Amino acid sequence: MPSPSTQEKPPYAIEAHGLTKSYGNHGKPAVRVLDHLDLRVAHGSVFALLGPNGAGKTTAVRILATLTTADSGTARVAGYDVVADRSAVRRAISLTGQFAAVDETQTGEENLRMMARLTGLSRPAARRRAEELLERFRLTDAARRPARTYSGGMRRRLDLAAGLTGSPEPGVFFLDEPTTGLDPRSRQELWEVVRGLAERGASVLLTTQYLEEADRLADRIALLDKGSIAAEGSAADLKGRVAGHRLDLVLTSRDAYLRLTGRAVHHSPETLTVGLPTDGSAAHVRALLDEIDPAGTEIDRFTLHSATLDDVFLALTSEVPAHA
Amino acid sequence: MPETAAPLVPLGRAPGPLTHASVMAGRSLRVSLRNSDALIMSLALPIMLMLIFVYFFGGAIETGAGYDSYVMYVVPGVLLLCAGFGAATTATAVSEDMKGGIIDRFRSLDVGGTPVLAGHVAASTVRNLFATVLVFGVAVLIGFRPAASWSGWLLVATVLIAYIVALSWISAAIGLLARSPEAASGFTFFMSFLPYPSSAFAPIEKMPDWLHGFAENQPITPAIESLRGLLLGEPVGNAPWIALAWAGGMLAVAIAASGVLFRIRTR
Ligand SMILES: Nc1ncnc2c1ncn2[C@@H]1O[C@H](COP(=O)(O)OP(=O)(O)O)[C@@H](O)[C@H]1O
Ligand SMILES: [Mg+2]
Repeated sequence: MPSPSTQEKPPYAIEAHGLTKSYGNHGKPAVRVLDHLDLRVAHGSVFALLGPNGAGKTTAVRILATLTTADSGTARVAGYDVVADRSAVRRAISLTGQFAAVDETQTGEENLRMMARLTGLSRPAARRRAEELLERFRLTDAARRPARTYSGGMRRRLDLAAGLTGSPEPGVFFLDEPTTGLDPRSRQELWEVVRGLAERGASVLLTTQYLEEADRLADRIALLDKGSIAAEGSAADLKGRVAGHRLDLVLTSRDAYLRLTGRAVHHSPETLTVGLPTDGSAAHVRALLDEIDPAGTEIDRFTLHSATLDDVFLALTSEVPAHA
Repeated sequence: MPETAAPLVPLGRAPGPLTHASVMAGRSLRVSLRNSDALIMSLALPIMLMLIFVYFFGGAIETGAGYDSYVMYVVPGVLLLCAGFGAATTATAVSEDMKGGIIDRFRSLDVGGTPVLAGHVAASTVRNLFATVLVFGVAVLIGFRPAASWSGWLLVATVLIAYIVALSWISAAIGLLARSPEAASGFTFFMSFLPYPSSAFAPIEKMPDWLHGFAENQPITPAIESLRGLLLGEPVGNAPWIALAWAGGMLAVAIAASGVLFRIRTR
């Protein structure tokens, strides 16, 4: 096997071209979940795949992690082809799926030792590795308890550690919605863990439904819409494009409402309300109000919201994302 | 060297399927030791079956000449009945694995389907052997007096282990076939039923005519005949070899079928 020290590194930790995948549904026409998805994750970077439920995030991760195959398209992970070099990809990556994959009846320690043994470590090496990971993920106190007694956050951390047992570091990490269903405190803790991985030089592909999470953690964010990337850039790039806040205006007349619907990202005809993207700064809100209603007669009231993922989608894509 | 260049992550030696299977067997055993209800049940049930057959039905069943008591006749049948029951738990365990995310974890650690199933089967075999020893012990307490030679004992152990392994692997395949652990345990019913239409508990001649063909040619019968003959120190002809051929055949089919099923379930 060629070693990276003697040869040049591949340009990307993860590279996918034209990944397409459909699921047939017993008689019904097949649903195209991924449609020519292209991805490039530079090594040592944290990349967020942002999208609502049903966007195809898990499917993309499962293809890249070799757990399922694409109908067409190619992908290389850590320099290995996901189809031709499946075993090599598996040994190079760490995967934390959307649902924790640990043995409930085994203790945290037993789980980690087992995983480490499966990656080929000897019994003593596996014991040391398990101890090290329990320490690193702050699970030492709970090491001897069955995993079924763990909280959601602890289970996630154990799952992350499990993915790490035998992988070389810095490696390539896949984290599928690592914080979905966690309380705010556990979410913060998990963010710390991801930052820790990044500091060690890991390449991370994480999926999330939360703009804020992508913003906090990722160097680059890609918006997944209808199976392909609708927009991609740094958090700042995207925020520039989607604003980040929404100014909801309750208008005084139907005419004013109709005049503004074209640029609105939120509509409520019954209440004559439109929502417009803004960065939320006083300067921008004031400028927006002045521009829309120079005479000061058309706006009754206003409220300012943080942009939701739906707003981001509306701003960057044509349609409201379908909630599965 | 293609221009795509070297891999980013250098890899160590990959462990082989045998390492994987032995780690998986350790896991299954640990988990079954922890499930104390199921464990007690799997040890108590064989003993209960033994006592029920000997004391409830024993007086009513005519086994024909040559057996001092029903216990001398029925031990092989109880052993295989227990092997069936014990093996059936494999289906539930495999089905539980398929339901949770753990199989994805194993796959992402590059563990194949066959080693995962082999681990379950190995653990099932160890559990069953404990139950078997227990059944022998209780049988001896209630009057079973085996007269097997050393080579006879060896062949008894070989036939028993072969059947336990084969039935466990069939059960593992059923676990892959079933969509839920509950369904899996339902599907294994037929396996526990198989010893009844054989010479396990009563001579085949006493059964209705239409059953003879099946009873004489089904896989449990040669196992019963060879275990009974060997344990009582009587000539068994080629029955043990027929039994081992059946076990080998069933195992081969089960391994092949479960390989295919595993691939379908994890597509
Ligand atoms: N194994 C499968 N069989 C059929 N449909 C599937 C399967 N896996 C996912 N899907 C469908 O594909 C779509 C995308 O799913 P998924 O990749 O899980 O999205 P996300 O992770 O972004 O929520 C959904 O509509 C889902 O129902
Ligand atoms: Mg998902």
